Amino acid sequence: MTAISLKNLDISYGPTKVVEAASFDVAEGESFALVGESGSGKSTILKAIAGLAPDWTGEITVLGQPRGHSVDHGFASRCQMVFQDPYGSLHPRKSVDRVLSEPLKIHGISNRDARVEDMLAAVGLDRRFRFRYPHQLSGGQRQRVAIARALMLEPKVMLLDEPTSALDVSVQAEILNLLKKLRREQGLTYLMVTHNLPVVSFMCDRMAVMHKGRIVEIAPASALHDGRFQDPYTQSLYAASGGNPDRKD
Amino acid sequence: MSQSPLLELENLRVSFPTPKGRVEVVKGLSFTLGRERLGIVGESGSGKSMTGRAILRLVRRPGQQDADKMTFDGIDLRRLSERRMRDLRGARISMIMQDPKFSLNPVMTIGEQIAEALRTHERLARRDVQARVLQMLEAVRINDPKRVMALYPHEVSGGMGQRIMIAMMLIPRPDLLIADEPTSALDVSVQAQVLDLIDELVRDKGMGLILISHDLNLVARYCDHILVMHAGQVVESCAASELHNATHPYTRGLLAAVPRMEETREELPVLDRSAWSGT
Ligand SMILES: Nc1ncnc2c1ncn2[C@@H]1O[C@H](COP(=O)(O)OP(=O)(O)OP(=O)(O)O)[C@@H](O)[C@H]1O
Ligand SMILES: Nc1ncnc2c1ncn2[C@@H]1O[C@H](COP(=O)(O)OP(=O)(O)OP(=O)(O)O)[C@@H](O)[C@H]1O
Ligand SMILES: [Mg+2]
Ligand SMILES: [Mg+2]
Repeated sequence: MTAISLKNLDISYGPTKVVEAASFDVAEGESFALVGESGSGKSTILKAIAGLAPDWTGEITVLGQPRGHSVDHGFASRCQMVFQDPYGSLHPRKSVDRVLSEPLKIHGISNRDARVEDMLAAVGLDRRFRFRYPHQLSGGQRQRVAIARALMLEPKVMLLDEPTSALDVSVQAEILNLLKKLRREQGLTYLMVTHNLPVVSFMCDRMAVMHKGRIVEIAPASALHDGRFQDPYTQSLYAASGGNPDRKD
Repeated sequence: MSQSPLLELENLRVSFPTPKGRVEVVKGLSFTLGRERLGIVGESGSGKSMTGRAILRLVRRPGQQDADKMTFDGIDLRRLSERRMRDLRGARISMIMQDPKFSLNPVMTIGEQIAEALRTHERLARRDVQARVLQMLEAVRINDPKRVMALYPHEVSGGMGQRIMIAMMLIPRPDLLIADEPTSALDVSVQAQVLDLIDELVRDKGMGLILISHDLNLVARYCDHILVMHAGQVVESCAASELHNATHPYTRGLLAAVPRMEETREELPVLDRSAWSGT
């Protein structure tokens, strides 16, 4: 089954159309990357799928169900989003403990205490952080709380917007290993925005490349090894990222 | 331009109260900065941002900071009145905060905010202000800057927010720029263009730069000297060109954890946090 299917998706903010004719399918259990220029509409696509960018036309299907134009609460237990900006996405007056246990409470899940402890450990946060508030955490610590929150409900599909760009490489490695393990063990599907091509190489099977609101290319992640990209924008991005464009062997 | 160092820091300490008493998150940091580029790297939570904030005396209560020496261009920052400190911030020392959107005013357009940053520093005619703002947004590679000037902070993308913050901090032409993860949301090509712009100001205008980042390749490329921090302390200090020959197990661990373009490892090596002593 396809986990996420976009057909001819246009997304606007007021009079400005920021995404045009986006189409792609992500298979269940696949890890799919969305890369490309800053401001090209990557976050906007994730927001539309999550129901947070209501002004769109075209088709969005998640796990076989067509999406409406608003937030759907049953949807949250199947699909979760990690936002690009960990500062804005955590409520300033909720402790880490509350942020993590609330979704469990809402969905009537028991054994909350142990689950919160386990999840903190999984994202590499010491238990002393459990009763802190966001302003008492560093940037990377906040981002790990945001990732932990998204994982609490054991969703099937994760929309990840630059999940590790605020993290130092050692914590990034821990989070990426964790995401990979969850995918392997629970068959999770990832749609992940990142500007870091080596992260795509490590984490993803395929990638869509965006430029000025359009998807200009969909390529297998193996293209990062051999430089086989078609589109000129992708080629320049690859070369600038330290890829060797002459490696087509 | 004076020959004395731009910034001298000796035994900087930042602490927070916890249920178990005060805990230091910066434990005796010292360095001297000329009109050059210093990189600070290190693990999440190691005290990088707190070091930057402490230089501007912006550690929020109940946090406390303290140093044996903290001198900027001959001025003892520890003894400066809050009012004079405020005049210094933004004009002579600027900091690009790690949380750009959080630091922007949500009810003011991007154009108005950058114009305000410029006006606090220089007296200019309205038309000249507009021109300078536009020019600055172009310099940080914002597409369609006229449109973006009219947007509010929640209407710009993550990477645009970072570049707007950079524009705002550079426009008053500070003597010292503290940049905390300034380009973490940008792809490498835009990142390089923005860092080249900062570099130009270091070279041509003699600006000092403290670049805080978790990207080892980036600091190796854009800095002269590098401090590696771990748990509030500097564990390694080296010339940028020597970073890849770093010897401390912590630094080596960080280097190994970076994913590669032609990645084939099934799992990335993580740091064994018990492998080095002293923490
Ligand atoms: N609420 C909004 N109102 C108006 N325009 C918006 C709004 N949110 C985003 N935009 C515009 O939509 C475009 C795409 O933004 P988006 O956040 O999707 O970019 P992105 O590809 O995620 O970029 P980045 O890599 O910098 O995060 C940008 O030009 C932005 O200014
Ligand atoms: N208000 C507070 N109360 C208690 N501890 C705090 C508070 N604010 C920050 N800290 C702690 O201080 C330490 C240093 O934080 P700092 O923000 O300097 O980290 P950093 O090196 O910038 O990390 P990152 O790379 O994740 O941004 C962290 O462990 C953080 O949890
Ligand atoms: Mg984005
Ligand atoms: Mg920080």
